[in-house]
Amino acid sequence: MNLWKEFTKGLIAENPIFRLALSLCPALAVTSNVYNALGMGLTVMFVITCNNISVSTFRNVIHPKVRVPVYIISIATIVTVAMLVLEAFLPVLFKELGIYLSLVVVFAIILARAEVFAAKNKVIPAMVDGLGMGAGFTLGMVTIGGIREIIGNGSFFGYQLLGSWYHPPLIVILAPGGFIVIGFIIGAMNLSEKRKKEKMEKTAAAGGNI
Amino acid sequence: MDPKDNKVNQTPEKLIVTSSPHVHDTESVTKIMWIVNLTLLPAAVFSVINFGLPALVTMLLCIAGSVAFEAAIQYWRKKEITVSDGSAVLTGLLMAMCLPPSIPWYIPLVGSFAAIGIAKHTMGGLGHNIFNPAHIGRAFVMASYPVAMTTWAVTRIGKEGDFSGAMGKIASLDVVTGATPLGILKQQGYQALVDSFGSQAAMYKALLIGNRGGSLGETSAILLIIGGLILIAKKYIKWQVPVVMIGTVGILTWILGGKVDGKLVLFTGDPILHMISGGLIIGAFFMATDMVTTPITTKGQIIFAVGCGVITVLIRLYGGYPEGVCYSILLMNAVTPLIDRYVYPKKFGSIPEPAKRR
Repeated sequence: MNLWKEFTKGLIAENPIFRLALSLCPALAVTSNVYNALGMGLTVMFVITCNNISVSTFRNVIHPKVRVPVYIISIATIVTVAMLVLEAFLPVLFKELGIYLSLVVVFAIILARAEVFAAKNKVIPAMVDGLGMGAGFTLGMVTIGGIREIIGNGSFFGYQLLGSWYHPPLIVILAPGGFIVIGFIIGAMNLSEKRKKEKMEKTAAAGGNI
Repeated sequence: MDPKDNKVNQTPEKLIVTSSPHVHDTESVTKIMWIVNLTLLPAAVFSVINFGLPALVTMLLCIAGSVAFEAAIQYWRKKEITVSDGSAVLTGLLMAMCLPPSIPWYIPLVGSFAAIGIAKHTMGGLGHNIFNPAHIGRAFVMASYPVAMTTWAVTRIGKEGDFSGAMGKIASLDVVTGATPLGILKQQGYQALVDSFGSQAAMYKALLIGNRGGSLGETSAILLIIGGLILIAKKYIKWQVPVVMIGTVGILTWILGGKVDGKLVLFTGDPILHMISGGLIIGAFFMATDMVTTPITTKGQIIFAVGCGVITVLIRLYGGYPEGVCYSILLMNAVTPLIDRYVYPKKFGSIPEPAKRR
């Protein structure tokens, strides 16, 4: 099994937010600025990796009929650890993320990776899969957060990019803006994929003629 | 009418095979759009006279922005550029009619991007949009720039009918602002509203002629009704829709709108005030009758109109905003496919099936 491939698939090809369309709730709720988006992304990356390791380690011991409660207990334990660490070292971020931190327990992407990948694979690939999916999730969150912060607030990472001549449309950092931005990003990804496919078909057809 | 039909007619060399009805007529999307634009023109011109140059600038920016975004997106998508069919102009004009008269220059441009780029072309262009583009544009800028969007300029025409209004007197100021009638009604109550016009009759007269604060298209009820009647006469819209929508608002506000000492007293509201104020007239005649975003059958359109009226009254009487026509039409746009699914026209010559036994 190619470990590098397991890692990179989560970045674009199977990006949790834009491709699998899982865990859209945090992608809408905490991406009004980059800082929160990055914090949430890294937290989820930590939880998903640890949970993949733990599920993969015990995959032969867990009875299939009770697997979901067992996974949830495992996730909840790791989330509690992450929450305590954040509360101790990054209290401001902890306060900003608020209820969404505890909601990490029920994020679809974490349970999905446990069920789809970790329960069927060895520990090392499961860990790499978790890292890749987490990185893809973080990438998606930071992209959405960046676009929304620049357009909706004229700043990036709290640093004011655009001067007072810029009048930010507030809607972009409100909930509807999240939907609109995610929709446009998914649309752009589909468009670029379609163009790439068309180009490949064209070159393939040209090659066949020669 | 489907824009595709129009396109097919432009390539006569091909043999066209279509199902019935085969109607030969000079009507086309282009013609209908430009006639709707023309019927809006009297009210638009009056609001420019009423609010002065800023209103004209807002209107031109909305139209120019809509047309430019439509052309740019169609060029980018390598589609035929159809800005001359007047639908983008109509979107811009209708959106301008929903905006306050004097707003910063960027608001009309952001609004036309939302209307054309988000509401119209992400859905596939003319004929495919779910929501009314003009109202999406208005709702978008309303959420984006809430302060600028609720600053209302007062009219230039004074109470006596000449140019001695506030703007005429204080010519050195850029703009003089005041509350809209529905805003006063929401915040200070009915008596304060009547007092601000002098008497009840003066209030009705000002509302009908359009001498009061508000959006560009909220001004002259009479001119808008004349435009709407032309559309009804041309059979572009059905008379049932505006009548039912305005009637619903009238009846519900008559029943629920009356308050004595802050307590609800049934059947004492002022239906005429609610029927001729705010964006109801333009919404009922020009927005709720949009061909794309409303149900197909007459029965469905009547359900649509009742829904719009009920939601408008709910927002006006119980909601946070003074005016709710825009949101009511957008919300009913969302249920239009559902109405179309359950409301069928009766088949000609069919016999109703006997009720099935269980």
